[in-house]
Amino acid sequence: MADVTLMKTPAETALAQAFESAKTLLPGNVESRAQAFELFSARGLPHRRVEEFKYTDLRAFLREAAPFAVAPSSKEAAAALENAKALAGVEALQVPFVNGHFVRDAVDFKSLPEGIEIVPLGEALADNHDWLARLSPVPWASDNPVYQLNTSFMADGVMIRVVGEVTAPLHLRFVTAAESAVATATRVLVLVEDGASVTLLESHESTDGANHQPNDVVELIAGDGTKVQHVRVNAEGDKALALSTMAIKVGADAAFNSINVVTGAAVSRHQVFAVLNGENTNLRVNGATMLKGSQHGDSTLVVEHAAPQCESRELFKTIIDGEATGVFQGKIIVPHHAQKTDGRMMSAAVLLGEGGAMNNKPELEIFADDVQCAHGATCGQLDEDLLFYLMARGLPKKEAESLLVQAFLGEAVEFVENEAAREALVATVEGWLKARG
Amino acid sequence: MPAVQETIDQVRSIDVDQYKYGFETEVEMEKAPKGLSEDVIRFISAKKGEPEWMLQWRLDAYKRWLTMKEPNWARVSYDKIDYNDIYYYAAPKKNPAPKSLDEVDPEIVRTYEKLGIPLREQEILAGVEPRNRVAVDAVFDSVSVATTFKEELKKAGVIFMPISEAIREYPELVKQYLGSVVPVTDNYFATLNSAVFTDGSFVYVPPGVRCPMELSTYFRINEKNTGQFERTLIIADKGSYVSYLEGCTAPKRDENQLHAAVVELVALDDAEIKYSTVQNWYPGDAQGKGGIYNFVTKRGDCRGKNSVITWTQVETGSAITWKYPSCILRGDNSRGEFYSIAVSNGMQQVDSGTKMIHLGKNTTSRIISKGIAAGKSDNTYRGLVSAHRKATGARNFTNCDSLLIGNECGAHTVPYIESKNASAVFEHEATTSKISEDQMFYCQQRGLSEEEATALIVNGFVKDVLQQLPMEFAVEAQKLISISLEGSVG
Amino acid sequence: MLEIKNLHVQIEDKRILNGLNLTVNKGEIAAIMGPNGSGKSTLSYVLAGKEDYEVLDGEILLDGENLLEMEPDERAAVGVFLAFQYPLEIPGVASMTFLKATLNAQRKARGEEELSTPDFIKRVNAAAQQLEIPKDMLKRALNVGFSGGEKKRMEILQMALLQPSFCILDETDSGLDIDALRIVSEGVNALRSPDRAFLVITHYQRLLNHIVPDTVHVMHSGRIVKSGGKELALELEASGYAEYRTGEAA
Repeated sequence: MADVTLMKTPAETALAQAFESAKTLLPGNVESRAQAFELFSARGLPHRRVEEFKYTDLRAFLREAAPFAVAPSSKEAAAALENAKALAGVEALQVPFVNGHFVRDAVDFKSLPEGIEIVPLGEALADNHDWLARLSPVPWASDNPVYQLNTSFMADGVMIRVVGEVTAPLHLRFVTAAESAVATATRVLVLVEDGASVTLLESHESTDGANHQPNDVVELIAGDGTKVQHVRVNAEGDKALALSTMAIKVGADAAFNSINVVTGAAVSRHQVFAVLNGENTNLRVNGATMLKGSQHGDSTLVVEHAAPQCESRELFKTIIDGEATGVFQGKIIVPHHAQKTDGRMMSAAVLLGEGGAMNNKPELEIFADDVQCAHGATCGQLDEDLLFYLMARGLPKKEAESLLVQAFLGEAVEFVENEAAREALVATVEGWLKARG
Repeated sequence: MPAVQETIDQVRSIDVDQYKYGFETEVEMEKAPKGLSEDVIRFISAKKGEPEWMLQWRLDAYKRWLTMKEPNWARVSYDKIDYNDIYYYAAPKKNPAPKSLDEVDPEIVRTYEKLGIPLREQEILAGVEPRNRVAVDAVFDSVSVATTFKEELKKAGVIFMPISEAIREYPELVKQYLGSVVPVTDNYFATLNSAVFTDGSFVYVPPGVRCPMELSTYFRINEKNTGQFERTLIIADKGSYVSYLEGCTAPKRDENQLHAAVVELVALDDAEIKYSTVQNWYPGDAQGKGGIYNFVTKRGDCRGKNSVITWTQVETGSAITWKYPSCILRGDNSRGEFYSIAVSNGMQQVDSGTKMIHLGKNTTSRIISKGIAAGKSDNTYRGLVSAHRKATGARNFTNCDSLLIGNECGAHTVPYIESKNASAVFEHEATTSKISEDQMFYCQQRGLSEEEATALIVNGFVKDVLQQLPMEFAVEAQKLISISLEGSVG
Repeated sequence: MLEIKNLHVQIEDKRILNGLNLTVNKGEIAAIMGPNGSGKSTLSYVLAGKEDYEVLDGEILLDGENLLEMEPDERAAVGVFLAFQYPLEIPGVASMTFLKATLNAQRKARGEEELSTPDFIKRVNAAAQQLEIPKDMLKRALNVGFSGGEKKRMEILQMALLQPSFCILDETDSGLDIDALRIVSEGVNALRSPDRAFLVITHYQRLLNHIVPDTVHVMHSGRIVKSGGKELALELEASGYAEYRTGEAA
């Protein structure tokens, strides 16, 4: 039973007002938005007494709700994209969003690669497009307040359908560019049809200095025999409160491989809700998080093995410098019928300085007996013996630390198959270490 | 492995109903009026001949409790408890405060004999080496009926007596430590206990004394519709050592009965407390009818430097278990340990684990938890390891393994690992698996039946923890585990 | 070259070295032998600068420079090399990457230019060939999944590459079969030079058949109790360390 919230915080009140005035202006069916917002406001912004938000108290972090951004002009959009650098060097089909709105001009719809269809979400909502029926595929996400907020406010985004083997990566670029704080709610649905394969890149950036509040949702339904590579980079601005959700539903005999690399935002929470819906599927969800100063970075993960004989591997690495706080919450769920499940989850954190904190909560929830599941969590400093070994070979302390940090994070990054993307991630790590000095 | 053969014999010898302590003792009892009120608390306090401050303490707790809500975060579900449908005090009518064993109702003495707990010192002494002796405090529903070896312990300076007696005889010690580890306001069940606790054991080991024998308390709930609310307080003064064992059983009844105990341990500088529990409350029948609700708050405070507290528990009983024996590692270089075997079968629900709170420098902790779920039971490990900012050099190692037997049970692991100190090193590992088919095949190929092979492999699975128990208890616990798993295979 | 004077060392309140004196000259191979627990490995760690060891008294000079004031990496840069008894595994760092990083760090510290990649690879390959290290081993993460012999060979490869002036071999023979012992010893012998000194720490005489020392020192209870030529090693092999144990509490 959830506690009844009688008093609304100013942010909750502002969100309610924003919803009232926006709901009829936003595209598509008001009813489904209203339903989502009702679910959200019944419980309000989640706080530390809500188990899933124990370590990331959104009521405390989100004191003031920023106004939702309006669509940028084409000039503004072009300028914003020009300044966006994350994963920019990786050759890919660009699908950009600026301030929560799909930048249509940036995509040449006439010459899309074979096997790719793109439908702007704003239009799809207005026209009640067929694919909309496939939105919200994962119940774990639908129960989540962050996701509910996105569903309430989503103004734009795209729906993408992938058929067959697509070689060129797709790059979803989420850019927030405004001098004063804005909120966005971008929504992307990717349908990977049976037997198709695709590489999906995601980058999230926002201008420094403003308390932007992006809340992005990417949903992905991958059919039987699909192969998906997914690389996500959070390079949000230094003041941003970045919330994001990835909801994944994967069919049988499929392979899904994902990594989220975090360096940005004052406060970030990335949630992954994955359901393995067919047998013999292989899922890998990795994370590499680098935090410094007073950053707060939360990785929350639920993997449900809804079908037998699937394998999942989750490897989360967190580096904490300064007085930053890292959070990892991961849960593997294995229901009665999911026999022969093989699930392994590991979270490892290294605290470089004094004053940092790491909160780990790796959970197993298991109802099937013929399974192999394990989780591990470690937290501590860099191995002193290794540091000594490296220094005895002549590396100064900082360099030795950097090498060990690179190796530590490298274990999460090495599974990225796309070479250019992998190199970009390695460069991100190096850049972060260099900035550390 | 002779122990295994013994286990198997034991399993074979028991009847279908498995629970062998389910008999009832016919004794005339005096009870407080049913339900909870200030009057009932005054009644209990008066029965115990308590001083005014103790009554006030209870009444304050009761007032607080009225404002609290029953916790719902554990992974257990049960029908709402009607706190006014419980007797909070039940004591044998004939001489509720016997001065010696001769004054105790012979029915009760026979009950303990049946449970394998001799209360006559001369019987215990026969054929037992002095160092293997165990002093027993026997608690029957709401009162302590006998405490053995009191005099001998007194010679060593060790105080071992029912807490109701200690409140009268050593009020200053009790006042100083009672509620200092588990505050009155700690949680719903602890607060309830503070208001209505009836008996339990009090132990004080003076500085530098190594307690000359094992101490133990045996809790028996006998009366219908009665809750047991015992309170145990153990203080190990500087440089002392004590090992304490706790056992418990109850008759088979169709209704659920509430057991809400509080145990507080205090270890001062260089002191060590070992606390072992073999919990075998009636678990209910195969359909989940009846059984004890075991909602217990156990906490140890390593208050002094270099102090050590070890919790070892073998949990096989109760319909619902909600218990997290914890250590507050306050003193520098103090150490906390938690070894647990939790077996669930039938419709049992277990939500148990520990908390290791690292506050002092160079504090270390170790958690080894083995959960075995069978039947339609649910077995959850829930644990917290935390290092505060000043806990420089803190170390924890946690290993929790779960074993599922059959496909209708659940095993869950919910650890919280929180570090606020860069030099703290925490390692946690957990696995869930079933008994490997290869191991089973190997054992069966060598001639063991499926049940024998299961017993053998389960014994191996829990070995690390069993080794932590005192010898006599380890054998008992091993038998108990096999009995609890009876009928879970095939 | 190396002078150790009156060295007293403790770790966690336990005294390990008690007034150790030792001099090793340029071009010399000095062997230190002694029973377990005599402080041999402690000496090697203290020379390399491991943090946990507390130097209570004494000094260590390498070519007149005070090693005790230097960080481990600074000691490496002035030529101290410790071949570890248990080389560490570094998951995620390819051996090649590691070799390049260390070589260039030392060159940088000495004010030399970094090596070009082709030059570097040439050197590594040459050294690897001599030590019979297959190329794919260099691509794997450093020491991860290596056998005991492979790890020791990797240590000698680093030594060959870094060209230190003072090499410490800490129980390098432990865990080696006869072929690996030969390969490792040949690697060490190839590095013998009038400008380089070695301190060979070992428990057994066996290694000294392959790496023939100029001087042999017997260590016991944290100090050198006897010194002599290579024949001393043979004596020890025959008589054991028993005679040095006299005076110990039984």
